[in-house]
Amino acid sequence: MISKTRLPILFCALLAAVAVATFSAGCSKQPNDRTPDGRIIVQYWEKWTGFESDAMQAIVDDFNASQDKIWVEKLTVSAIDRKMMLATAGGNPPDIAGLWAFSVNNYAEKSALTPLDKMLEKAGITRDHYIPVYWDLCEMHGHMWALPSTPASLALHWNKKMFRDAGLDPERPPRTIAELDAMAEKLTVVSVTRNGKKIRVHYPDLTPEEKEKKDFDLLQLGYVPSEPGWWNALWGYWFGGSIWDGDRTLTANSPENVAAMTWFQSYPLKYGLNNIQTFGSSFGNPSSPQSPFLAGQIAMVLQGVWMYNFIDKYSPEMEWGAAAFPSVDAEKLPNVTVAEGDVLVIPRGARHPEEAFEFIKYVNTQGPMEKLCLGQRKFSPLATMSDDFIRKHPNPYIKTFIELAKSPNARTVPRMSVWLIYSDEMGVAFGQVGTLLTTPQAALDDVQRRTQWKFDRVMRRWDLVKEDRMKEWSQ
Amino acid sequence: MTRGERKTLWLGLAFISPWIIGFLVFTLYPLAASIYYSFCDYDVISKPVWIGALNYKDMVTDSVFWKSLGNTFYFAALSLPLSLIVALLIAVLLNNPVVGRPAFRTFFFLPSLVPQVAIAMIWLWIFNGKFGLLNYALKWFGLDGPNWLADENWTKPSLVLTSLWGVGGSVVIYLAALQDVSRELYESAEIDGASAFTKLWHITIPMISPVIYFNLIMGIIGALQVFSGPYIMFGGGGPNRSALFYAVYLYENAFSYFQMGYACAMAWVLFLIILFLTWAATSSTRKHVYYAGE
Repeated sequence: MISKTRLPILFCALLAAVAVATFSAGCSKQPNDRTPDGRIIVQYWEKWTGFESDAMQAIVDDFNASQDKIWVEKLTVSAIDRKMMLATAGGNPPDIAGLWAFSVNNYAEKSALTPLDKMLEKAGITRDHYIPVYWDLCEMHGHMWALPSTPASLALHWNKKMFRDAGLDPERPPRTIAELDAMAEKLTVVSVTRNGKKIRVHYPDLTPEEKEKKDFDLLQLGYVPSEPGWWNALWGYWFGGSIWDGDRTLTANSPENVAAMTWFQSYPLKYGLNNIQTFGSSFGNPSSPQSPFLAGQIAMVLQGVWMYNFIDKYSPEMEWGAAAFPSVDAEKLPNVTVAEGDVLVIPRGARHPEEAFEFIKYVNTQGPMEKLCLGQRKFSPLATMSDDFIRKHPNPYIKTFIELAKSPNARTVPRMSVWLIYSDEMGVAFGQVGTLLTTPQAALDDVQRRTQWKFDRVMRRWDLVKEDRMKEWSQ
Repeated sequence: MTRGERKTLWLGLAFISPWIIGFLVFTLYPLAASIYYSFCDYDVISKPVWIGALNYKDMVTDSVFWKSLGNTFYFAALSLPLSLIVALLIAVLLNNPVVGRPAFRTFFFLPSLVPQVAIAMIWLWIFNGKFGLLNYALKWFGLDGPNWLADENWTKPSLVLTSLWGVGGSVVIYLAALQDVSRELYESAEIDGASAFTKLWHITIPMISPVIYFNLIMGIIGALQVFSGPYIMFGGGGPNRSALFYAVYLYENAFSYFQMGYACAMAWVLFLIILFLTWAATSSTRKHVYYAGE
């Protein structure tokens, strides 16, 4: 029998053994990273689901079949930006992560990613291989942090049938903001009570008093800038504005940005805030069959190259077109768009960065890239695209999106690490202005003050670590 | 301490060591670390940099911080008394011997078993300005309901209504306490000709005051930490940040902006606020809470 003195010691020992076993199993730094036939397993986290995921899976399968040293394992992960960050902080990140391009700036500055410069140089991959704007999306503080997977650009989508019904030329979309506003009026249908009877009229046919009183119900809207409202913070681009000076000063309240916001506010002012809110609460998710554009409630919308997929899926009969979203001046500011996209990064601390880069490099060669982008019905971010790719592409307006991406007025989210904060602040400001709580100038002054304050804080921190970081990244 | 006592002590410690280790590793260490981080610029990825009380100073000038704190107090001030009263009333009603009492008790308790996410999704539809059930029902009474989720004046009241739907948990606690109130007290009151209200006011409430007090304290803590409902229903804080609550803003700072130092400082400020309110509630109700046997 065990003596009484030994019992606690034995118990503690047992407990310690259990604890050690649990911890070593849970937080192991070296899990089995080889396949039975000796290939190195590369863990790849990606956010896509559905057909977009299938398209990437096909590329992964091709890559795995093309050689016998590396085995890429793709895992679909939701909220990937947060999970990747926490996994990196915990010292156990995947080897590759598929992020949104706008996350790169913040994550790079925080040193959560592996710089790719050396590997790119060795592989001979340069900016010339790409549509420049997509290469630039992957750069921060003079280093490259990612390579594109699938790109996107934004364009005006319009419903040709609704144009025809309103007496407009269905083949001629608006070219300036002023034209857009005028066409939107013609495309707007309201129900108004005259002599005790409810009648349906186009907005321009309302009497000045009726327009003034706004005592009508919206049945159809030509356009409203708050739908889908995903790029509100960037409206300034279509007015010739910018978000910052490229260094340390934000320009949120520049005259161009104020003009953009004033235009945004002109819609609730013209059609009535309450009317727009009531009409708007019937809108479904932009990527669902209840999307107001697909449901024929709105005639024009700013959307990305992916919109074709939803039209094809939910409203294949729709007659539609895509063109550059009009800017304030068609001559001086043609083909303005926002270029964004998905990118592949190697988190800092990844176990197999070299092998991970092999896969990223593979995705960024013409054949696989075109297969991937065709599968997702996007265009290729590479400078050269095969004729076959364009011919096979199901989106009839794919060339428009490519031209837009190549335009000198293709802009991106600013490459500053406070972008997310800026965009949230702008979201609140647009909400306030859109509900007529404040003036554009006051709202933007507020954004400028608050975000600049946070930006200064981040830069103060950056100044403390800058030298070490730069040295570390250049090694 | 004799040898024997020491041995007993060690043995005892050994037996509770799973809990002690768990407490040290998963509670005390994170707590202590969060105090340290609250004085640092910490972005989760890189080493924390000591910046003194700057996070706390920044809070004073951060208008969104004050807005979120104000929203949270507004919500707590509305929802706490309402849910205490509603839960008590439901419990008193369910304590009456009516036909199908167990079924009614189940019905009132059921909503508190529904996951928060599902509750939020259901209420999003109920509150919808155009197709919502609530506005549809209001129309029967000739009322034109507001645009609950889009109008900043109505977002917090919507959330209060949502929270009332989940009072089932408190109802059960009240019911348990109500069963314990001695029948004799009611009988003597009835002999003296007391009305139903008098019995409620002078017997029931004083007798279950410890439970009311318990629900009050838990309610204060719960209301100030409210997170999932507003986070799911209003994402970034709703129109004009009218539904941006303290815990949501804290979460945004921690996991969206990765300003973990600032988030830790906010967490400690919230802790102090809750501590103070709990103390205030305890000392102001001390005279009104009756514990049998005292």
